[in-house]
Amino acid sequence: MLRLENVRKRYKTGDEALKGVTLEIPDGQVIALIGPSGAGKSTLIRCVNRLVEPTDGKIYLADTELTTLPPGALRKARRRMGMIFQEYALVERLTVMENVMSGRLGYVGFWQSWFRKFPKEDVREAYRLLDRVGLMPMADKRADELSGGQRQRVGICRALIQNPDLLLVDEPTASLDPKTSRQIMRLINELCAERGLAAIINIHDVLLAQMYSQRVVGLKLGEIVYDGPPDGLTPDVLTEIYGEEDWEATIEKVDEEENGDTNGTQNAEAVS
Amino acid sequence: MSDAAGTSYPTRWKKPPFIKNSLLRWSIIVGSAVYLAAAIGTMDVNWTRAWEGLPRGVDMMTKFFPPNFADTRGVIFDGILESIWMAIIATIGGIILSIPIGLGAARNLSPRWVYLLCRFIVAASRTFPEIILAIFAVKFFGFGPFAGFIALSIGTIGFFAKLLAEDIENMNKSQAEAVRATGSSWFQWINYAVQPQVMPRMIGLAMYRLDINFRESAVVGIIGAGGIGAHLLTSVQRYEYDTTSAILLVIIVIVMTLEYTSSYLRKWVQ
Amino acid sequence: MPMIEKADGPVWKRRKSATQWLIWFGWLIALSIAAYAWKLISDKTIWMFVVDAPRQMMDAATRMVPPKWSYIDELWGPIWETINIATIGSIIAMIIAIPVAFAAAHNTTPHKLVRAFALLIIVATRSINSLVWALLLVVIVGPGAFAGTLAIGIRSIGGCAKLLYEGIEEINHNQVEAIRATGASPAQEMIYGILPQVMPTFAGVAVFRWDVNIRGSTILGIVGAGGIGVQLNSSINTIAWTQVSMILLVILVTVILSEWVSAKVRHAII
Repeated sequence: MLRLENVRKRYKTGDEALKGVTLEIPDGQVIALIGPSGAGKSTLIRCVNRLVEPTDGKIYLADTELTTLPPGALRKARRRMGMIFQEYALVERLTVMENVMSGRLGYVGFWQSWFRKFPKEDVREAYRLLDRVGLMPMADKRADELSGGQRQRVGICRALIQNPDLLLVDEPTASLDPKTSRQIMRLINELCAERGLAAIINIHDVLLAQMYSQRVVGLKLGEIVYDGPPDGLTPDVLTEIYGEEDWEATIEKVDEEENGDTNGTQNAEAVS
Repeated sequence: MSDAAGTSYPTRWKKPPFIKNSLLRWSIIVGSAVYLAAAIGTMDVNWTRAWEGLPRGVDMMTKFFPPNFADTRGVIFDGILESIWMAIIATIGGIILSIPIGLGAARNLSPRWVYLLCRFIVAASRTFPEIILAIFAVKFFGFGPFAGFIALSIGTIGFFAKLLAEDIENMNKSQAEAVRATGSSWFQWINYAVQPQVMPRMIGLAMYRLDINFRESAVVGIIGAGGIGAHLLTSVQRYEYDTTSAILLVIIVIVMTLEYTSSYLRKWVQ
Repeated sequence: MPMIEKADGPVWKRRKSATQWLIWFGWLIALSIAAYAWKLISDKTIWMFVVDAPRQMMDAATRMVPPKWSYIDELWGPIWETINIATIGSIIAMIIAIPVAFAAAHNTTPHKLVRAFALLIIVATRSINSLVWALLLVVIVGPGAFAGTLAIGIRSIGGCAKLLYEGIEEINHNQVEAIRATGASPAQEMIYGILPQVMPTFAGVAVFRWDVNIRGSTILGIVGAGGIGVQLNSSINTIAWTQVSMILLVILVTVILSEWVSAKVRHAII
């Protein structure tokens, strides 16, 4: 599905955010990308859809090589990659429906989007998605009237209406409370399963990463230091990624979680 | 989960209008259209005159370059200096007058009759453009920069006293009360509680007003109130457009410098 | 901070003595500037007139009342013209200012050189008073409201564009990035990501400028560029004081009304 070959990114300031990342994600796999702040998680997923231009390396989406695409083809490629953002990044002064429909911008012409004349199929799909995430009654509300969790659901709809093959998810829970965080992560997981989507989820919360992914990739200072199953995150591995800390508490908590305990995530918060 | 009923979702959607009440919306749209049509329709444009003017405009433009600083250098220099001094002294004078009026116009400081009187002074001096004030100043004080000084000072009162009063009204009450609670006199109270709170912004506003006053002092000469404006008017009337462009360039440069310094100073003070 | 140990215990002072000296020095400079400016101005003043001014003012004031109420019949036209100059001028200004602002804002400019050019337009148009623009335009297109409208329009380009581009630079970039990530074209990014964020600023600036321009268009008549200033100028020149007071009254009402309208509209938008 997605293959990164030796991707590097050096910013103008001289900071080397990615030092040659190679990663392959098969169809339908949800991976969690964990690591401390500044590890390059955000840069990595922005390199995939070239919101940030990689300095070196190759990125293949199915058979398309992304790093050399000219603008027009890049826009077509971006339609296949839905992105969900940290602070929701909804256009706050537009209505919920307009925000969802903006996911179709890559498919419609300028004047169509100017007059908000979207194809019937797109409108139906937008309503279907809003209903799916439980926001049908909010369709004509302005985005800034919604709560954080509701906004992130709209963000998810915007990404899904692109009909993508891959989701790029950047810290989806960073500005949400623990309960809403879980709901959002569960929703993303369900939707990926329903549609057979692959996803890269940046997340600083180790607990959530373990609960809602099939594979975990640990990034540290622009390099992959762990790539394996969620239950392979031993205290040693976490120390390798984040540095010295008492990890036992976090890991024990995971066991409890898996036994159906849904009480707080205070310990997991300590990890970030 | 209503996925199964997918076909029943609406396929049409329209952005909700900005103004929900459709009667109000349409009356605003129609009303503005009618007003605009009437406004443009009644504007008396003499197209033949405007058309004849085009070559004149081109002529003016070509004469603008190169600007001629040379033959009237002394005059330009004098006029600009006069404008600058006028702006400075009017800013200072205006602010000195503004402080008592601004204190008086702050509702939380003054008795009601003082408040009303000061508000009236502020409103009156704010309403009329500086140029109109200058026309009267010239009438009463004679031609020359003194008239400009008077006009700009009055304009400064309208600007500065109003903002000062608003600032005082919005100041932090608890700080003010704390100082009052120490048993201070009115003047001590102003000095310790009010002044520190409003001072930085006032210095910034003073710079900003100096900037405005210079722009105005550059034109009040057109009606005889001193400064560079008189030379600007003569140069246009004598078709000496190269001198005109020289004067305009000098004004632009000074305005830019003032604006730059004032924004720098404002940052530095705050 | 500045606690000085002395024989009889610590003495507290508000500032370190170096800072204190610097502040005194600053005051000294300010005072000498003021004194010098004052001297220059007073040298050019005929004090006889100034001494006589209070008497003249009282004289004019008594002659002004009561205003010549019937004169209003001749003023409806000029008022209508004044308002139209402000409205159409503001519209022209906004139409030009919007693209200029997008070219001048850091985050939307196509190229550094375009940005420099846009900033030049902004500085040049706003540094020069609308009265000066009117002076030049009267020569080109002939006297009348058309010249006035263009003058107000040109002067307002810079005034509007400056506020607009500051607004554009303050937008939230994440929202634009999110639209880009969907595969939107640059034009779509503009209408979905940027425009919704800056619309309230744009509307606010337009209304604010209209209010400023109402005031500005009352004086254009002095150089023959239409509006109520024409009547004001001729009434003053013919010493028709009762007409003058009537005109001032009308300007006062118009300005207050326009201020009220613009405050209402801005309140409705934000």
